[in-house]
Amino acid sequence: MSFLRKFVDSVKPNFSHGGKYEKFHHLFTAFETFLFVPETPTNGTGVHVRDAMDLKRTMTVVILALLPATLFGMWNAGFQHYKAFGMDSTLFENFLFGLQKTLPIIVVSYAVGLGVEFIYAYFKGHSISEGYLVTGLLIPLTLPVTVPLWMVALGAIFCTLLGKEVFGGTGMNFMNPALLARAFLFFAFPAYLSGDIWTDLSPEAGHQVIDAFSGATSLVTFDKSISQLPSLWTMISGIEQGSIGETSFIAIMIGAAILIFTGVGSWRIMLSAFIGALVTGYLLNLIAPASNPEHSMHLAPYLHWFMGSFAFGVVFMATDPVTAAQTTKGKWIYGFFIGFFIVILRVFNPAYPEAVMLTILLMNVFAPLIDHLVVEQHIKSRLKNA
Amino acid sequence: MEETIEKKKKEGLFSKKNREVIKDPLDGSNPITVQILGVCSALAVTVQIKPAIIMALGVTLVTAFSNLIISLIRNSIPNRVRMIVQLIVVATLVTIVDQLLKAYMFDVSKKLSVFVGLIITNCIVMGRLEAFAFSQKPWPSFLDGIGNGIGYGLILITVAFIRELLGSGKIFGTQVVPQWAYDHGYVNNGMMMLPPSALFLIGIIIWFHRSRNKKLTNIS
Repeated sequence: MSFLRKFVDSVKPNFSHGGKYEKFHHLFTAFETFLFVPETPTNGTGVHVRDAMDLKRTMTVVILALLPATLFGMWNAGFQHYKAFGMDSTLFENFLFGLQKTLPIIVVSYAVGLGVEFIYAYFKGHSISEGYLVTGLLIPLTLPVTVPLWMVALGAIFCTLLGKEVFGGTGMNFMNPALLARAFLFFAFPAYLSGDIWTDLSPEAGHQVIDAFSGATSLVTFDKSISQLPSLWTMISGIEQGSIGETSFIAIMIGAAILIFTGVGSWRIMLSAFIGALVTGYLLNLIAPASNPEHSMHLAPYLHWFMGSFAFGVVFMATDPVTAAQTTKGKWIYGFFIGFFIVILRVFNPAYPEAVMLTILLMNVFAPLIDHLVVEQHIKSRLKNA
Repeated sequence: MEETIEKKKKEGLFSKKNREVIKDPLDGSNPITVQILGVCSALAVTVQIKPAIIMALGVTLVTAFSNLIISLIRNSIPNRVRMIVQLIVVATLVTIVDQLLKAYMFDVSKKLSVFVGLIITNCIVMGRLEAFAFSQKPWPSFLDGIGNGIGYGLILITVAFIRELLGSGKIFGTQVVPQWAYDHGYVNNGMMMLPPSALFLIGIIIWFHRSRNKKLTNIS
C-alpha cells in the first residue's frame, strides 16, 4: 500500500490549486479518498462526533451486504440456464456462466453511471460523491440477466442525470435512483423487462430447450392460480427465475443482518414493511371470494414475503436513508404502507405483476409528507401537555 | 411621464416595442418553459409531429384572434363579467377551428380528439387575454397572441420531434431509423409513447433553457 500512497502523494501537487491539472482536482480527490481515508478528519477541539463511518464506509457496508445476493444471483443465472436446456452442470459451471452474463451488466452500470457523474462534476466544478457506488450495483441486481447492455447504460444515464444530479447530487434525490433506472427501463422497453425473459436461453451446442420449460415467474403464476406456485423452499432459497439479485430470500436476509448489525439500514422500515404485507394479506384472505379458491386473494399472507423482489426491495431499496422517512414514527408508517401497497398492487393489478418497484417509488414521494405530519403531530401533543 | 409622451408618437407596425412583444414569448417569457402554462395539452398531443403542428397552429390562431377581438371591445366590457365575455369569444374561435379541422383534416382532428375543444381551457389563451389584451391596443395584442402561440408551438414541436423519433423511429410518419439498427438490437423507446415522457422532455428543455438564459437563472 505504501507505494500507492507515495505515488498519490507525488502526483498530488499537479492537481492542487495552481497545479498543472487543477481542473481535474475533484476527480483526483474522488480517487484519492476512494483509496485512502481522508487526512482531514474533524479536529478534536469541537463538539462534533468523530466517527469512522463516513459516506464511503457506509456505502462499502451496503456493497458488502449486497454480495451474498449478487453471488447467489450469478450462480442462479447459470443454474437456470442449464436447467432450461436439461443439462447437468456443476456448481462451478453454473457460477461461471452467471459471471459471464452478469459481470458485463455490472461493469456497464458502473462505468456509465460513474462516467456521467464525473463529467457532470467536471463541468459543474463540484466534488464527486460516493453515492453511485451502491446504485451502480443495485441497478444490475434489479434487472433480468438477459437485458441488453445498451439499455443498462441508458438506465444508468437516466437515473444519474435526471434522478440525482438535477436535484443537486447525492443526498438530494427524492426517489431511489436505482429504482428510477429500473422503472425507466420497464416503461421504455417493456418487452425486455417483463414476460418470458428471466432465463438466459443463449443456444447450447447439441441441446434444445426442454419442453417443460416455462418462463413464468412465481408472480405471474400467482396471478393465475395460487395452487400452481412453486414450493415454499424454492421461493425461500431463490432457485427460481427472476431478476439477478432478487430471488434468494436467504441471501437477502444475510445482507439484511449485516445492514441491521452495522446500523446502516433501518430495521424499523424492514420490520414494518413485513408486518404491513402480512396484515394486508390476512385482510385480503378475509374478503376473498369463496367461490374461486384459486383467486390470488386466497394466498397465505406470509408467502408475499418470499415472492418476487419483496425482500430485496424492502431491505435494500426502501431503507435508502436519503429517500426514506427520517423520523422514527415516520419510518414505521412508511414501511407499513410499502408492505400494504405491494400486496394490494400485486393482487389487484395484474398489468404490473411486480409492484415493489412502483410502490417504493410512490412511498419515496410520500416520505417527506409523512415526516411532516409526524413532526406536526409531535409539536401538537407537546403543546397540549405544556 | 416620459413614457406617456413617447406613446403619443405614432408607432410603426413593427416598431421595436412590437417586435419585443412578438419575440419575448419565444424565449424570455415562453408560455410553457417559463410560465408553465398549457402543459397538459403539451403532454397529450406530442406523440407525433403532425398533430403537434396542427395543435400549435390552432392555439396560435385562437390566441391571436381572441386577443384581437377582446382588445377591440375591451373598453365596452364591464369588468365584472369580463371572464365570461372572454370565454364566449374563445369558445367561438375554438369551435371554428374545430369545425375547420373536421371539414378539411378529419384524420388529424380525430387524433387530436378532445384536445382541440380543450383549447378553451388552455391557460395560455385566458392568461394572455387577462394579462395583455385587456389593457393593450389591438395590434400589439394580436402580435402578442401570435408570439405566444409560436412560443407554445416551438416547444410542442420540439417535444413531438423527440418523441416521434425515439418512440416510433419516424419523422412526419416516415421511417428514419434504418432497419439494420433494429437488426442490431435497437429498440424503440416505449416510454416515449406515454405522456410522462413529455413531462421529462419539457423538464429537460426547461433545465436547458434556464441554464442558457441569464435572465432566468435566479428566477425563484
